[in-house]
Amino acid sequence: MSMEELIDQYFRPGRLPHIWCPGCGHGVVTGCIVKAVDKLALSKDEVAVVSGIGCSSRASGYLDFNTVHSAHGRALPVATGIKLADPKLTVIVVTGDGDATAIGGNHLIHAARRNIDMTVVLYNNSIYGMTGGQYSPMTPVHAKATTAPYGTIERDFNVAELVKAAGATFVARSTSFHAQMTTDLIAKGIAHKGFSLIEVVSACPTSYGRQNKMGGPADMMKWQRDHGVPMVAYEKLSAEDKLIKFPIGLLYEVTDAQEYTEAYEALIAAAKGGK
Amino acid sequence: MKQELRLSGSGGQGLILAGIILAEAALLDGKLAIQSQSYGPEARGGSSKSEVMISDEEIYFPKVTKPNLVLVMSQEAAKKYVDDLSDAGVLVTDSLFVKDLPTSFKGKVYELPITHTAKTELGKALFANIIALGSIVKLTGLVTEASIIKAVLNRVPKGTEEVNEKAIKLGMSLIK
Amino acid sequence: MSRILLLQGNQAVVEGAIAAGCKFFGGYPITPSTEIAEDLAKKLPKIGGKFIQMEDEIASIGAVIGASLTGKKVMTATSGPGFSLKQELLGYACIAEIPIVIVNVQRVGPSTGQPTSPSQGDIMQARWGTHGDHWLIALTPGSVPECFELTIRAYALSEKYRVPVILLMDEVIGHMREKIELPDNYDEIPQPERKQPTCKPEDFKAYATDESLVPAMPPFGSGYRWHVTGLVHDETGFPKGTPAATVESTNRLHDKLYNNLDDIVEVENFKMDDAEYAVVAFGGAARAVYEAVNMARAEGIKVGLVRPITIWPFAEKQMKALAGKVKHIMVHELNYGQYVEEVQRVVAGKVPVTSYGVYNNEPATPEELLEKIKETFK
Repeated sequence: MSMEELIDQYFRPGRLPHIWCPGCGHGVVTGCIVKAVDKLALSKDEVAVVSGIGCSSRASGYLDFNTVHSAHGRALPVATGIKLADPKLTVIVVTGDGDATAIGGNHLIHAARRNIDMTVVLYNNSIYGMTGGQYSPMTPVHAKATTAPYGTIERDFNVAELVKAAGATFVARSTSFHAQMTTDLIAKGIAHKGFSLIEVVSACPTSYGRQNKMGGPADMMKWQRDHGVPMVAYEKLSAEDKLIKFPIGLLYEVTDAQEYTEAYEALIAAAKGGK
Repeated sequence: MKQELRLSGSGGQGLILAGIILAEAALLDGKLAIQSQSYGPEARGGSSKSEVMISDEEIYFPKVTKPNLVLVMSQEAAKKYVDDLSDAGVLVTDSLFVKDLPTSFKGKVYELPITHTAKTELGKALFANIIALGSIVKLTGLVTEASIIKAVLNRVPKGTEEVNEKAIKLGMSLIK
Repeated sequence: MSRILLLQGNQAVVEGAIAAGCKFFGGYPITPSTEIAEDLAKKLPKIGGKFIQMEDEIASIGAVIGASLTGKKVMTATSGPGFSLKQELLGYACIAEIPIVIVNVQRVGPSTGQPTSPSQGDIMQARWGTHGDHWLIALTPGSVPECFELTIRAYALSEKYRVPVILLMDEVIGHMREKIELPDNYDEIPQPERKQPTCKPEDFKAYATDESLVPAMPPFGSGYRWHVTGLVHDETGFPKGTPAATVESTNRLHDKLYNNLDDIVEVENFKMDDAEYAVVAFGGAARAVYEAVNMARAEGIKVGLVRPITIWPFAEKQMKALAGKVKHIMVHELNYGQYVEEVQRVVAGKVPVTSYGVYNNEPATPEELLEKIKETFK
């Protein structure tokens, strides 16, 4: 399908243009989600997209699925309720770095721990964009933000390692530059039975880029191209390069872990059996 | 006539359960009953009280204010829960734990070897609550023997019916 | 056929939830409401329902909102501190019009307060705990059988008006055990159904309404794809930031309930026919008042009890009528004085309104109330 056809098929009529700034990577990431859904030939009626609050979370309103624009940080609990109540729905969570790892951080680790079948697409623009550029738990240490005018002294989360440690069974990273890879990873994440998280490094030229002198949108895309390194190549980098670059691709996958809603069906069968 | 009872002691003695059983026995007799309790944060060891009201008519206020009978199964409970017992009421104590009777109370006291009987006759202190129920039922006649036995058997684990029924009878036998 | 049981108020809530068709509970342990979670953890799977203990109180209400979107009848239960944490998403459920039932077994507060002691200190929080203009329903049971009945009613109102309903309990009622007669099976309990759209999916506007002002709510997965948001939205359900859209949305959320107060607001009158004085009390606090009224009448004081069963929306009409009937009103509640302010507002000086707030960890006894009645109404 061409992008026009994809828009006709999966975006709600009359809801575009979106609110994202020129050069923002979020449109690309949202496009990757619908391409992944299209690739898997899922019925729109059977897909629920749940978002929190922030720039990324506006995506839910544009997409022609069963959609929830929930509260800040709370996409995962709402998604958990949807998935557990009706496991036949395919649940995709759209969230940002602040939404998922700061205010929603507790929900993130617990959703991962339960290994409940849903796919989290974490749009990581390293900043709170909607409120005008404050630092998030994923803003790189020393980077500037309106609330870190001298550079943040806080160490940043590696969200992939975080959710892996918490129990996620599919963990991947990509960038808005690596759009094809992003689509493929989201499709694999959706097809994976269990908790999947795909971190997508996205560009925020308006706020993060400007405050950290990263140049314009094209420069930020180039930065993604040069810093996101496929896992195999990343392993071969020097220690020095490893510090400034980051691995992309499928980082971790477990296929034999018990999925939560399936475990619950087994529990129901046992309870009905009078045990 | 509304009858008000307070079963008190320390957490873990099973007095909340005893109160529930007594109230359920009253329902089996076709009466009305309310059970309530108060307790602290401790699952074991803190003071605990379970209150039961039994009546033929509607009971509105669920807390005991003028007890007809108070059971105390710890020295601490004897200090805390007897103040509002009038001299027309009855005090039942577990003589193993309650050495000093409340001096303010001038009414009838039954000092019964409840826990002692549980240990010596049934081998376990945990039957003390059921023995106490037997004593209270015998003393007050508030519920029928058949109903208290049925209520006990409805609540206790399978396989312990016989020993629990024996506990009720032992409790009754403590009242001479 | 029916069975006679001795149940706690909290257990009767569970029976009411099951009878009304609840199939999803999300919760977090907190005294004195925990029995509700424990009982549903056992019972829901047996009927094919889902129970989940979430990571915190916020997640609990989030999960039940999500489950409600799939068409399930849902419940969460908590107490003061947890109720505070749920407030943001309670507001979300108000503006997005998602039916949920929230049980709050109140305890002494603020903060950790007295976890095992009774209080009715969340009257105002139930009404105004979340930010912004919003309207919801709160019901307060006064007995164990009423816990069962009002839980069923909570679902009926929540589904009918697409609004969160708070079952505002107190520890007295939540933890006391009392006789209750329950039907052997719940098949004959009317199951409230959500209004469903009659148009084709492509013509569906998620928040378009008829004269009831309550929009239809198809479940996720039904083919009607719609958008749920906490942003102010128009009839399409999509965000709309205009002043007119905000006014229209706000007015409708108000009117859908306040046009139907006769359906929603329930008040019990006890010995009020010839009463010259009234005690207003609800929930566990009212229990002592019945007895005190009987005792006072035996002494020749013509007093009755007015017991709001619906706490919110406020029983404005009933309280106005009361002000025209009696010489003096006393409001008794287990807090420093919250509901009394609403009574005073509505009575507006027509007759004296005296507050008798009790906040010493114990419900006032009938004797204490009798004293207060004699002192107040002399």
